[in-house]
Amino acid sequence: MGRRNIPEVNAGSMADIAFLLLIFFLVTTTFEVDSGINRKLPPMPPPGVTPPIIKQKNLFTVLVNKNNDLLVEEEVMALSDLREAAIAFLDNGGGTNENGEPCNYCQGDKKEDSSDHPNKAIISVRNDRETEYGTFISVQNELVGAYNFLRNREAQKLYQMKYTSMDSIATNPQTSEKLKEDLKKKMDVIKDMYPLKISEAETSN
Amino acid sequence: MSKFKKKKSGELPPVSTAALPDIVFMLLFFFMTVTTFKKDDYKVKQELPYANQVQTLDKTDKVIYIYAGKPSERYQKEFGTQAKIQLNDKFADVSEIKDYWFNTINNDLGQEYQNVAITALKVDKETNMGLISDIKQQLREINALKINYTTRKGDVSQN
Repeated sequence: MGRRNIPEVNAGSMADIAFLLLIFFLVTTTFEVDSGINRKLPPMPPPGVTPPIIKQKNLFTVLVNKNNDLLVEEEVMALSDLREAAIAFLDNGGGTNENGEPCNYCQGDKKEDSSDHPNKAIISVRNDRETEYGTFISVQNELVGAYNFLRNREAQKLYQMKYTSMDSIATNPQTSEKLKEDLKKKMDVIKDMYPLKISEAETSN
Repeated sequence: MSKFKKKKSGELPPVSTAALPDIVFMLLFFFMTVTTFKKDDYKVKQELPYANQVQTLDKTDKVIYIYAGKPSERYQKEFGTQAKIQLNDKFADVSEIKDYWFNTINNDLGQEYQNVAITALKVDKETNMGLISDIKQQLREINALKINYTTRKGDVSQN
């Protein structure tokens, strides 16, 4: 060549360096974001306080034994039927809430022996110490699914939007603050209609 | 000196590799931006259960991790096959959870987040509930009430 006085820098090894870095980042990359079922634990009861007595009909008991079998309201049940049963229980609306108002958005059968109002309905999950964690999560998933189904239905009616999609938009960091505020308000209305009341009682041996 | 050399017939010109670094750099930057480093080295089995009614944990959330499960194969000789708790990168006892929790709050996250911090339980699906109840009891005692059962996305029939 010899057209210029300055010799060209050999950039041939540039690719090698870049490859080295590339391979490093390739192997250290993890794409997944953590996701899971959020839950709030009950605070420790202050000493000397007896828990309030809950009417049997407002309590939906799910027992899981050490063989991972389900006993729902004294009946053996398959996991696949749990969601239906929980929806029927929560949406029953047979009576009134604390303020004496009937549940006018419930679409259940209004049975005498099932829950009075979604506000009062409590789902209690009890498990053995030897129950497998996977089964426990499956049960929790189905119960949260039941709540999501009912909340989605009401949110669709009131705001023409699913509750679960509102939630995922509200937790997205790219959403603007204003929209978040707005969604939070709407979600609180829905949450008030079907408050999530799942108790994870202490294990029985 | 002839300025115009006659092209030798039949010989292929060499392929220019000048654009190769550019391509590689592009890939490099892509992976650099999407990389998140794994925080801890797992010493316990981490086959998380499946669930589909999940909420994602934001990157901005303040999260404290607790791992549990059977020790991985290479640690089984030393620690047995009973499910154990892992805090940071060490096996730990249930009684150490409280200290660990406060240490993480004070040193890594900042004290002002004590009430909003979420404790993520990353537990292998074959673990017994007894151990998880013990962990939950410890967390209740220190008023760390926000928890997250970390799962994989999928149908529950796979559990």
